[in-house]
Amino acid sequence: MKNTTEIIEYCQHLAEDTEFKSAREWKAADPARKVVGYMPVYVPRELIHAAGMLPLGILGGGDNLEVIHGDAYYQSYICRIPRSTIELAVTKRLDFVDGMLFPSICDVIRNLSGMWKLLLPHVYVRYFDVPQNFMSDVGGTYYAQELRELKEGLEGIVGREISDDDIRRSIAVYNENRRLVNAVYDLRARTPWKAPSWEVYVLMRAGMVLPVEDHSQLMIDYMGAVEHEDRPMKDNCRVILQGSFCEQPPLNLIKSIELAGCYIVDDDYMLVTRWLLEDVPSEGDPIENLAESFIKHSCETAAKYEPDGAKKGKYLVDLTKSRAAEGVIFAAPSFCDPALLDRPMLAGALSREDIPYISFKYAENSGQMQPIREQAGTFADTIKLWSDA
Amino acid sequence: MTTAHDDIIKESSMLKQKQMIARNYDGLTSTAQTGKKVAATYVPGNLNELIMCFDMLNNLPEINAIQNGMRKKSGALIQDAEKMGHSEDVCTYVKADIGNMAKGSIAPNGKPMPVPDLLLLSYTGCFTFMKWFELLRDQYGCRTTMLHVPYEGDGKITKNMRDYVVKQLKEEVIPTLEDVSGVKFDIDRLRENLRNSAKAEDDFVWILNSAKNKPSPIDAYFGGVYYVGPIFTAFRGTQDAIDYYKILRGEIEQRIKEGKGPITPEGDMGKEKYRLVVEGPPNWTSFREFWKMFYDEGAVVVSSTYTKVGGVYDYDNFRHDPDRPLESIAEYCLGCYTNRNLPMRVDMIEQAMEEFQADGFLVNSIKSCNSFSAGQLMIMREIENRTGKPAAFIETDLVDPRYFSPANVKNRLESYFQMIDQKRQGGNPSQAA
Repeated sequence: MKNTTEIIEYCQHLAEDTEFKSAREWKAADPARKVVGYMPVYVPRELIHAAGMLPLGILGGGDNLEVIHGDAYYQSYICRIPRSTIELAVTKRLDFVDGMLFPSICDVIRNLSGMWKLLLPHVYVRYFDVPQNFMSDVGGTYYAQELRELKEGLEGIVGREISDDDIRRSIAVYNENRRLVNAVYDLRARTPWKAPSWEVYVLMRAGMVLPVEDHSQLMIDYMGAVEHEDRPMKDNCRVILQGSFCEQPPLNLIKSIELAGCYIVDDDYMLVTRWLLEDVPSEGDPIENLAESFIKHSCETAAKYEPDGAKKGKYLVDLTKSRAAEGVIFAAPSFCDPALLDRPMLAGALSREDIPYISFKYAENSGQMQPIREQAGTFADTIKLWSDA
Repeated sequence: MTTAHDDIIKESSMLKQKQMIARNYDGLTSTAQTGKKVAATYVPGNLNELIMCFDMLNNLPEINAIQNGMRKKSGALIQDAEKMGHSEDVCTYVKADIGNMAKGSIAPNGKPMPVPDLLLLSYTGCFTFMKWFELLRDQYGCRTTMLHVPYEGDGKITKNMRDYVVKQLKEEVIPTLEDVSGVKFDIDRLRENLRNSAKAEDDFVWILNSAKNKPSPIDAYFGGVYYVGPIFTAFRGTQDAIDYYKILRGEIEQRIKEGKGPITPEGDMGKEKYRLVVEGPPNWTSFREFWKMFYDEGAVVVSSTYTKVGGVYDYDNFRHDPDRPLESIAEYCLGCYTNRNLPMRVDMIEQAMEEFQADGFLVNSIKSCNSFSAGQLMIMREIENRTGKPAAFIETDLVDPRYFSPANVKNRLESYFQMIDQKRQGGNPSQAA
């Protein structure tokens, strides 16, 4: 049995590999295999998996990728993830990817879908729109048809029909994966000293590039290893991290927050792994089931419209309470419209409940961690010194 | 008829529009007396014909932000919003609007705007719209209804998209408007409004196409923002809009006959030297100064993408259709410029470059507006490659005066015009930049 160090070293290696070697190897093992990339925040990976293809999460270039060409495509006031993603494409690091999905998250990623079409005309590209109307017979009907169109597009890549049974099997596989992701999150929330956030982070990042079955096994292995290891509990405060659902923070930023005295007991990194809040039924019409799960049981985030003003920010307040968190850290990428526009409303909801929060911005290649360590450390000290607990 | 007022030359169409706008603001600021209900909504995907069916008034937050920008008030409002916790990185329309709310939402006529009875969120072509209305709802606490317009990611309107929008209109938007206004929906009234829209749209397209003349009788960017006023805002579907475009068309026909170029704030423009296609919204805080940098050099904008942000009527000949009322409203919303994917935007610009015989392509990149700005450098490169015409790039902002640097913009424009000259003489434009 592997220990946590071995598992996490492997995951970190996957997370930092901007050549996507593991996905390339997966594809090279069989000439019929295809890979479909996707960006944050959510795509129904079940459909890609049902076609026998590898869903590959593309989350930018991180802090290891030198962006040379990408900057020529974007003005200085646009976030970093599109420019590093363009860099990945222009430098042929994604030349093995047969299709790309650009989810509905913001105008930058939306427009990137069109740039991809111009840049790589031979690649299947789809802007994956999702409904902002959450009535089953309105948004649900629209979304089910979008899923059918996506399915047709994926069938075009793989050259065969994707059957309902294929999708049902994939739904079951992803249900299992989500249960395990939630189990890891629950484990961290219960005993954050045993499962540090940076470890949980790279464990989830591995799920962006590995086949889902391998990722599920990795999480089982990790949870097993954690149980067998004794790690000291620190006198840290418990915080929720919000706003990092698209461009990812550098690993050092997560480590810095922890070193500054904060246990991150929940976050919104890689929401694709936890987007659907309940199991998708694996009986019946699988497309309708995926659609209804999206409409009725998907998580709240800035990329979604909240129809009920009274509920705006409630999920964050509820999460803070359910995770017994003592505060919230808003950590958003610079120039991130969804996160930064949402923040005042979320902050208002927290203030009404007397939940403390701080805010800062980062870029995926931020290098200076000292200011963040100081800010998070002061926040932790404030909570420890002045909170009621 | 042309009159001089406050050193600015005004034609009959301008005076007509000024009266229309003043009347609209007076209507909005007197709802306490008239009992009229107000729907706040956006320019792209604006449902004016529908709103009028419920005797409601239409208030547009972007237009209020523009008004405050042109009156040099937006800078302070934006800084107020930033002090309230709004990020320096986000759209300045939003912050100008929120800053204005904090100051009592004063309309250009000096009177306070009413709290809207309904936030009608037409989510078309701009992600920020969605958050903006959530922010307004957070402040006003009033009713909100959403019309989600899917993006044309593959450059076409599918049946699924159209059906989705129509269904939302039927099941969500119209019932809410009925409930808020107390007026029952009458589809024949909607048809009549749409018939009026189509009449105005015909003349509007003629006006845009008049720039194919040499010299162009209009400036389709700086003048264009006035020409789109009625059709993009609270007047589409009204007799006023029909009358406005008839008057304007008459004035332009006269200018063509006389061989005149566009009218500018300082009178008729001099000799036309450069014909440009411009992508992106204008800067509003230094609008006249910005325009002057063009007409002083003899540069006229013959086509602009900004005049398509509130609806595209020329490229694929869309008209509101009284025989397909809800379907044509859906197609209107779906077809707004920033709701079209990047390859379509490139195709549209390329066609304009050719049809309007442009000498060059200019991008005014707006810090605030990712919907327009993300991808513009690639658009520029594509247009240069496809047309062989020189392209240039300037950066300003919508209503934040901190991001309008006149010396930089002027320098870039002057270099650019030299580039065009050099290109005409067969030189390599890159050497002149």
